[in-house]
Amino acid sequence: MTVLACIALPLLAPVLITAMRRWPNPREAITLLTSVGLLLLVSSLHDAVLHGSRPAIDLLEPLPGLKIGFEVEPLGLLFALLASFLWVVTSVYSIGYLRSLNEWHQTSFYCFFAMALGSTMGIAFAGNLFTLFIFYELLTLSTYPLVTHAGTAAATFAGRMYLGYLLGTSVILLLLALIWTWTLAGTLDFRSGGILEGIVTPGVAGILLILFIFGIGKAALIPFHLWLPAAMVAPTPVSALLHAVAVVKAGVFTVLKVAVYLFGIDFLAEIPATQWLMYVAATTLLLAALVALRQDNLKLRLAWSTISQLSYIVLGALLATPLGIVGGGMHIVTHAFAKITLFFCAGAILVATQKTRISEMHGLGRRMPITMGAFFIASLSIIGLPPLGGFWSKWFLALGTLDTQQYLMLGVLLAGSMLNVAYLLPIPMRAFFSREPGNPGDSGLQEAPSACVAALLVTTAACVVLFFFPDPVYRLLQLLVQG
Amino acid sequence: MSELLGHYNYWIVIVLMMTGFYIVIARPNLIKKVIGLFIFQTSVFIFFISIAKVEGGTAPIIEEGISVYSNPLPHVLILTAIVVGLATTALGLALVVRIREAYGTINEDDIHVQDEER
Amino acid sequence: MLSTHLPALQVVLPLASAPVCLLLRHPRHAWACALTISWLVLAIAVMLVQQVAATGTISYAIGAWATPWGIEYRIDMAGALMILVVATIGAVVLPFAGRSIQQEIRKKHSGLFYTCFLLCLAGLLGIVVTGDAFNLFVFLEISSLSSYVLISLGCTRRALTAAFQYLVMGTIGATFILIGVGLLYMLTGTLNMVDISQRLTEVADTRTIRVAFAFVTVGVSIKLALFPLHLWLPNAYTFAPSVVSAFFAATATKVGIYVLLRLFFTVFGIGFSFVAMHVGEIMMLLAAAAMMVASLVAIFQNNVKRMLAYSSVAQIGYIILGISLASRDGVAAGMIHLFNHALIKCALFLSLGCIFLRLGSVELQDMRGLAKRMPWTMAAFVAGGLSLIGLPLTSGFISKWYLVGAALTDGYWPLAVLILLSSLLALIYIWRVVETAYFQVPGAGMPLVKEAPASMLIPAWLLIGANFYIGVDASLVSGIAHQAAGILIEQGVR
Repeated sequence: MTVLACIALPLLAPVLITAMRRWPNPREAITLLTSVGLLLLVSSLHDAVLHGSRPAIDLLEPLPGLKIGFEVEPLGLLFALLASFLWVVTSVYSIGYLRSLNEWHQTSFYCFFAMALGSTMGIAFAGNLFTLFIFYELLTLSTYPLVTHAGTAAATFAGRMYLGYLLGTSVILLLLALIWTWTLAGTLDFRSGGILEGIVTPGVAGILLILFIFGIGKAALIPFHLWLPAAMVAPTPVSALLHAVAVVKAGVFTVLKVAVYLFGIDFLAEIPATQWLMYVAATTLLLAALVALRQDNLKLRLAWSTISQLSYIVLGALLATPLGIVGGGMHIVTHAFAKITLFFCAGAILVATQKTRISEMHGLGRRMPITMGAFFIASLSIIGLPPLGGFWSKWFLALGTLDTQQYLMLGVLLAGSMLNVAYLLPIPMRAFFSREPGNPGDSGLQEAPSACVAALLVTTAACVVLFFFPDPVYRLLQLLVQG
Repeated sequence: MSELLGHYNYWIVIVLMMTGFYIVIARPNLIKKVIGLFIFQTSVFIFFISIAKVEGGTAPIIEEGISVYSNPLPHVLILTAIVVGLATTALGLALVVRIREAYGTINEDDIHVQDEER
Repeated sequence: MLSTHLPALQVVLPLASAPVCLLLRHPRHAWACALTISWLVLAIAVMLVQQVAATGTISYAIGAWATPWGIEYRIDMAGALMILVVATIGAVVLPFAGRSIQQEIRKKHSGLFYTCFLLCLAGLLGIVVTGDAFNLFVFLEISSLSSYVLISLGCTRRALTAAFQYLVMGTIGATFILIGVGLLYMLTGTLNMVDISQRLTEVADTRTIRVAFAFVTVGVSIKLALFPLHLWLPNAYTFAPSVVSAFFAATATKVGIYVLLRLFFTVFGIGFSFVAMHVGEIMMLLAAAAMMVASLVAIFQNNVKRMLAYSSVAQIGYIILGISLASRDGVAAGMIHLFNHALIKCALFLSLGCIFLRLGSVELQDMRGLAKRMPWTMAAFVAGGLSLIGLPLTSGFISKWYLVGAALTDGYWPLAVLILLSSLLALIYIWRVVETAYFQVPGAGMPLVKEAPASMLIPAWLLIGANFYIGVDASLVSGIAHQAAGILIEQGVR
């Protein structure tokens, strides 16, 4: 029941939010209460899952044998915990952000935001691939109005890209893979050890794997990555939670699920295509990072960085070794905290100074020391330096490459980190150590609204905490690879 | 040779059918199209009547000393089909009248021009 | 007692009451009459489906003349599904017609409209239930002649030319069918379809039978608007009254497909149609072309009704594609899509009818910002559109699932890709409308319209509801379709 409540709560919240559309304070209170309630609900599942129970419930059966059902397993729980925790933080942040920018249509913003979170919960707790697919599409549709929120021609165009890429890949490639798997295996249930081993030859499985990996457009592998930069026209809280956490992580989460529960780690290692897909992931990782170097718009640079970072996780899954999977799972969490912090900072800068371009951010560190300090810390976490959470994920990923003797991939990981340094660190450096041309004096403190600052402090703190206490995350992932 | 000439009724059917079909396709005048359509249908009626013919048979009325009758069923079918054909022609002509009222012409090309202008 | 005569009653009731509508001069009375009849027809259809499900195929001899001399009405599972589709759509569309016809058709014509509507309904039902090849031709002409009239009642003068064009093509098609029936009769000496199929095995190798097969196939293909014989359809759907478009899109072409199924499987058999005549390969090619070309053309239409008309041509391609596989899964998939698409397209055309009622136009440019003014109508359109695209939890998804599954099982993976690719094209043309209605600002001189009346919204939303219900629980439809396909294949293999 708790599982259903987790999905239903955010999906039903829009009813109340719409009812309160004339009173902004109660309306935001509902969003906050829902997000806190959701977090509590999801956390209440934690202990049971850790002790080996797998709460499951079947809802409907559209076709014989094809069920809409949910099952809580460690990876899904981890993802749900992450998303619901960050929703609480983002809710606080968006209140500050939207009010100070005086955005229009705030009610529909909160409604679709809640629905997107509901879909994310559906993805996290899906008991089979069919259910996951439904919520995957629902997530695309519920975030579409958020992407086009601005209502401008550019936003409409971005919305087209968004729908075209995400629905296109999922309908043509992912659905094909889904139905094919169904005709081959007769089931789409997630089972530890996979359902495909022994049914198909590694060759056919390779084609299926290619369809899956590219079909999951939310994982943003080249050449299906352009929707992510396009989606940056959305308000910053959307970019922060959805396009750094919920949506993109739903993509890589699906990749991990498919790898572990559909193919099985052992079978995955036997498929020749895995190696080739690894090269695709590596290419994406490096190319996206190189493109990020050349972006002047801060949000765009972060978006390209996200594309690059997602490939770390795909790479981790494709290594087909427990260490790689753990590394990928870790990276979902650590990258989420770091990237959301960076986006919060970008939003805070926009709210406080109306600046979006990196070239305009000279001397910003003096005016917004807290924001830029947080930016610096989160950047270090993305790069993977101790004492920050990002260190652990890169550590496990590197161990994974050593475990499978993929030394080339180890090189790619390291080169990727070097590029991280190159595209992230100049921003705080410029903000702290150079002066604004034509404005030599200090213009005093000019921080964003306190709601925004509080939110980004929480996530920054989490980056640090994750370094010292990675254990809860690690234990859940350990359960995943042990089966 | 007798093969060809012996089946002359079928040749008539084919010639009529193709004539009708050609008129429907090639003539821009809507009345002529309707006529072509009717000729096209009529050819099929003749075809049905032809297949009812039984060598040496007479009208299907039971009579002493006659044992071979021609098949009456196609005749009955064609009675129905003639009614259908007439209804189609009537409706077609009625439509042409309405088209003439609305467009002031029954030439298909002129109608196309008028539709494009809008 | 009455229950044994249901097959005849099903056809006779609308046929006999059609003239009554003409005599009731007042539009409201004629409407009430037609509405009552359509609901009775639906009730009969439901009873028939239950009978078929309980006792198997129903055979009914008209006037108690024994088969094969008399006319036999024969309803098996596939037929039951079809009469259910036709009767349901008829019963849902008529409540909508009241308001819509009042505006779109001159008052003195409305009695005529309901007469033709009932005649068309009778003809379509007759085609489905009859087991006699010539009787099929007659019913086909009853439905066609009344549909020419219905289309010509559209409010612009182009409706007249569209109806004329359809009349010419439809008559050629019907005459082709007549020729084919004649040739079949020539060699088998019978008109009863089951009887023909039994006698056909001895003469199947003759050229005459091959010619007969070609004639009826082409004739029926014109009726069901199989690409590239679809040319009459876009104009007819665009300029017909809204109700008529909705009714035809859901029933007329579908009944044509049913006739094709009957011919390929019941009359000629799989061995002849698919193995000797290779109709499977031909149909597959044409269907694939329809899916791609018609969807592409639909993207470039500015009249939304015309766009949906082209989309219909594409969707017919999906159905034919399933049938062309000639496997139980394929035929079942085709029939499921036949049913689902009837619901989807009817709902879409009905919501366009609502728009036309208020706006007086269905041009894309006039629909800018319409979602604010007519939220329920546009929501129905979006819901139907999502189903057309085939997103999960809609009936369209169920169809796609079965179609792709059938194509993959039979090893035609490029077809599977084409099916999905064509859904993407559907996404593009549906989204053009969504963007216009939701994101663009209304032009300066545009009228301030209000939401459509409930009498029109409820039918549309009923269909949308059914649509989502099937998306969530398709067991009933897929069960009937699989059973029907099983019977057809069984008849076809001999």
